[in-house]
Amino acid sequence: MTFILCMAWRDSRTARRRLALFSLSIVLGIAALVAIGSFGDNLRQAIDVQAKGLLGADVAVESRQPFSPEGRALLARFGGEQAQEISLASMVVFPGAGGQTRLVSVRGLAGAYPFYGEFLTAPSGGAALLARGDTAVVEETLLRQFGVKIGDPIKIGATTFTVAGALEKIPGEPAAVALLAPRVYVAQAALAATGLMGPGSLVNYKTYVKLAPRTDGEALAEILRPRFRDLRMRLDTVEQRKRELGSALSNVQAFLSLVGFIALFLGAIGVASAIHVHVRQKITTVAVLRCLGASARQSFGVYLVQGLALGLLGAVLGAALGVAVQLALPALVKGLLPFDVDFFVAWPTVLRGMLTGLVICGLFTLLPLLAVRRVSPLVALRSAFAGPAPGRDPWTYVIWAAIAAAVAGFAIWQTESWRTGLGFAGMLALSFGVLTGLARVVAWAARRFVPRRLPYVWRQGVANLHQPNNRTVLLLLSLGLGTFLLLTLALARETLLAEISTSGNGVRPNLLFFDIQDDQIGPLADLVAKAGAPLVAQAPIVTMKITSLKGRPVAELTRDATVRGPGWALRREYRTTYRAELTATEKLVAGTFTGRVAPDTAVVPVSLEEGIARDLQLAVGDELEFDVQGVPVKARVGSLRAVEWRQLSPNFFIVFPAGVLEAAPKFFVAAAHAASPADSTRLQQAVVQAFPNVSAIDLALVLSTLDGIFEKVQFVIQFMALFTVATGLVVLAGAVLSGRAQRVRETVLLRTLGASRRQLGQIQLVEYAALGLLASGAGGGLAYLANALLARYVFASAMAAPPGQLFAAMAVVTGLTVVTGLLANRGVTRQSPLAVLRQET
Amino acid sequence: MLKVESLTKSYPTAAGEITVLAGVSFALAAGASLAVVGPSGSGKTTLLGLCAGLDRPSGGTVELAGEAIGGLDEDARARVRNEQVGFVFQNFQLIPTLTALENVLVPLELRGAGGAAAEAEARALLGRVGLAERAGHYPVQLSGGEQQRVALARAFVNQPKILFCDEPTGNLDGATAQAMVELVFGLNREKGTTLVLVTHDLDLAKRCQRILRLKAGRVSSDELGLPANHAN
Repeated sequence: MTFILCMAWRDSRTARRRLALFSLSIVLGIAALVAIGSFGDNLRQAIDVQAKGLLGADVAVESRQPFSPEGRALLARFGGEQAQEISLASMVVFPGAGGQTRLVSVRGLAGAYPFYGEFLTAPSGGAALLARGDTAVVEETLLRQFGVKIGDPIKIGATTFTVAGALEKIPGEPAAVALLAPRVYVAQAALAATGLMGPGSLVNYKTYVKLAPRTDGEALAEILRPRFRDLRMRLDTVEQRKRELGSALSNVQAFLSLVGFIALFLGAIGVASAIHVHVRQKITTVAVLRCLGASARQSFGVYLVQGLALGLLGAVLGAALGVAVQLALPALVKGLLPFDVDFFVAWPTVLRGMLTGLVICGLFTLLPLLAVRRVSPLVALRSAFAGPAPGRDPWTYVIWAAIAAAVAGFAIWQTESWRTGLGFAGMLALSFGVLTGLARVVAWAARRFVPRRLPYVWRQGVANLHQPNNRTVLLLLSLGLGTFLLLTLALARETLLAEISTSGNGVRPNLLFFDIQDDQIGPLADLVAKAGAPLVAQAPIVTMKITSLKGRPVAELTRDATVRGPGWALRREYRTTYRAELTATEKLVAGTFTGRVAPDTAVVPVSLEEGIARDLQLAVGDELEFDVQGVPVKARVGSLRAVEWRQLSPNFFIVFPAGVLEAAPKFFVAAAHAASPADSTRLQQAVVQAFPNVSAIDLALVLSTLDGIFEKVQFVIQFMALFTVATGLVVLAGAVLSGRAQRVRETVLLRTLGASRRQLGQIQLVEYAALGLLASGAGGGLAYLANALLARYVFASAMAAPPGQLFAAMAVVTGLTVVTGLLANRGVTRQSPLAVLRQET
Repeated sequence: MLKVESLTKSYPTAAGEITVLAGVSFALAAGASLAVVGPSGSGKTTLLGLCAGLDRPSGGTVELAGEAIGGLDEDARARVRNEQVGFVFQNFQLIPTLTALENVLVPLELRGAGGAAAEAEARALLGRVGLAERAGHYPVQLSGGEQQRVALARAFVNQPKILFCDEPTGNLDGATAQAMVELVFGLNREKGTTLVLVTHDLDLAKRCQRILRLKAGRVSSDELGLPANHAN
């Protein structure tokens, strides 16, 4: 062992800098794993420490209906102190900002909420700022967006409030909630006066409980939960919130870890490639050692130690970089988390990341090292014996199997799912296989199709891509994969946003009005028609609940553990419409759509959206019963529909035929098409002014909301994907440096034959530009293909593929490749031919 | 010390099997010297490799220091080489990343005999070949002759029973080659080592007690060189 360690150290003398550079290939991958893992631990600890602040209370109970006496009695069992929150979606008008409007989440607070954590406002004061009754605390981003200041008036429904503070933070919700629905807090007593809580309004009633000391809230919640469920009330506890957050966190962490793992995998291939070159240069040394009496184990051990030391160096550097990245992560995910995160280094996680890196790197290093065992001592006598030993080394298969097991094992460990883990490993193998195949085709094509009439420097530059011992496949793989990941993310975003933005083209609706009362629909239709944007569609809405399915009461089904399917689909309140025909956004997929029935029909044939039918496990012909605001209505599934939910149009899970629900209490939703954003704004202002309870949502708002969320999430994912691209560049630098000796010999030969430095530089430029273009072209092509498949099979929409994205990606990757290649090769053209040729003899 | 019986070596090729050595037999007593000569491709180096246990014969046997090495596996043959054999190669074959002293020390360290005593031994040998002052130099910092002298010191450091030299002067100029030859034979005499030398140089071959001529893989003549008392 002493000899192995001693020899490994001595033998590395002239290659240490180069070996250290090779180790950089895995640094970024390990850094990604360490950063994500350690930050994940930070988050978990934050969840534990700030657990009660996640909810702001010990227990929260919510319902879509005002609490019934039975519900209130159940709630009273918790004892302690209580606070209430009523929330609903509504329009807010900013008179000081030219009467502009915005859909917001209005929340009426009563009581001392939050019991834990802080209600942070500017100026400070929190809930106390609402004490006057006519004041509001408004989302800070909203105030900034509309230029509203403290003391300015805002109008919600029929009431004008004075802005008393800007909302900075409240327990239980991340700041990113503001992207979806900016919050406006008012005193609960003032909410009733706004006139917004009419029939059909989507109101959420919530009670927060601060338990008395020594009350076991979790145990009590477990006992009461089924009874709350029967009353269609949702019960939330701190522990449950912790579990949900922890589980969501694990999913995100697993996803990001897998992205980071790709960088590690790529880096490990880079290391293996570099070790391959290193070992090839050492074959004579190994042969001499064998002549002098070194066993196969000893000579293999020397280079294994070097490989492991390289991995260890990479792991240490990666861990250090990972901790540095971890410091940057909180800023990156700012606003996405409902709590503050304290930084600490989670050493077990750091060690796990390092170990993962070492294992993967070690396994990949073993592949080229196997050759050492088979070096014949005869090579010391004759270099002709230096060729590969005949036959495949059976250990190669063992190591490949170990690599496959390690990759799958890591993925399964991260995702905690055999299926997902194996799926990831399979997809990784597939994408590597495809890119490798593509790279081989590209290298072959470069050889086959380069015109002989091209100037010499062009032909020589391209020829370098397919000369013996080239690294073309490795580089196309590493750079191509990075391009593929980044571009796929960008294109998927384009496709989704394009799908939504085009949904408002032509005469399709791009403005939706809801919470329209029965007596308001006529005047509202007149108003928008006069404003030049007549209603494109309108639908009555009747709220109802399902009371039984296929003869079994819902209460019984929800308690039956053998019944599969989501409970929410059984317990929810359905906002249902009735009409005589299908709309343009629907397609019949099963049964017969019945448009009209007699009012006294005993069993009404209804149409269900196919997804909800699946959740409820209903097929055409199955019977169900509804409670339509106290009136039982028997129904039968008459047909199933496919619905294009992405269209901004009134779409429904359940459609009744005309003739049954007309007499039920109802409200309306209506859609219009505004010719321009300015028209849309004007129209919304006019409607809200005339009907303060009516809310509007326009396509621009949906788009900007989605874009905001995308931007935030995509930034985090792209940050991780960048590790892959950077790894590709490090692998490139490593590959260039490992082939430097060969490159110097070729360059010197060309110089001896009369090539100028300029020509030599041009040859390199052509080579790296071709490499960058081919890699980014291959990666980009695959990204377009992946996007086409995603668009077709996942998003079910037309693919958006702006060529600008591809060209930009190709330009950036090619530029980076050229710069990295030239930097790694710098000095090669300055070598003295005589000095090199003398070394050769 | 070295006994070769009906030694044959063949290689399979696409065009069929090629026999590079066919039925070579000879025996060499301890302390004797043998030169193997012959034109290029006659099988000299193959014979050297087989005698030194660097390869396995296709037929016949090789007995080195009383041990039949043909049947041993590669690691067992490596052990025999380490304990019984010294090598001098035509192209020196010093390990470029090791200093002269470290190169000399390798055979000792391989058998776990490093340390101060080993280093003293290695330094003494370097002194014996006239390179005491260059112990810390790397091969690239030494001339060809100096490199070959380091290789010679390395060959003797494990006190081998038999020294195999493959064209030891092939890459050296006249004067350097002559000095090298004197060292090889001088050390051989001092240490009482058996010498097997492959060479094109007939003058060098004649300094051995016995000359084995090979032609197309067969022994074409087995003659005496200088008388034993003049050989070294």
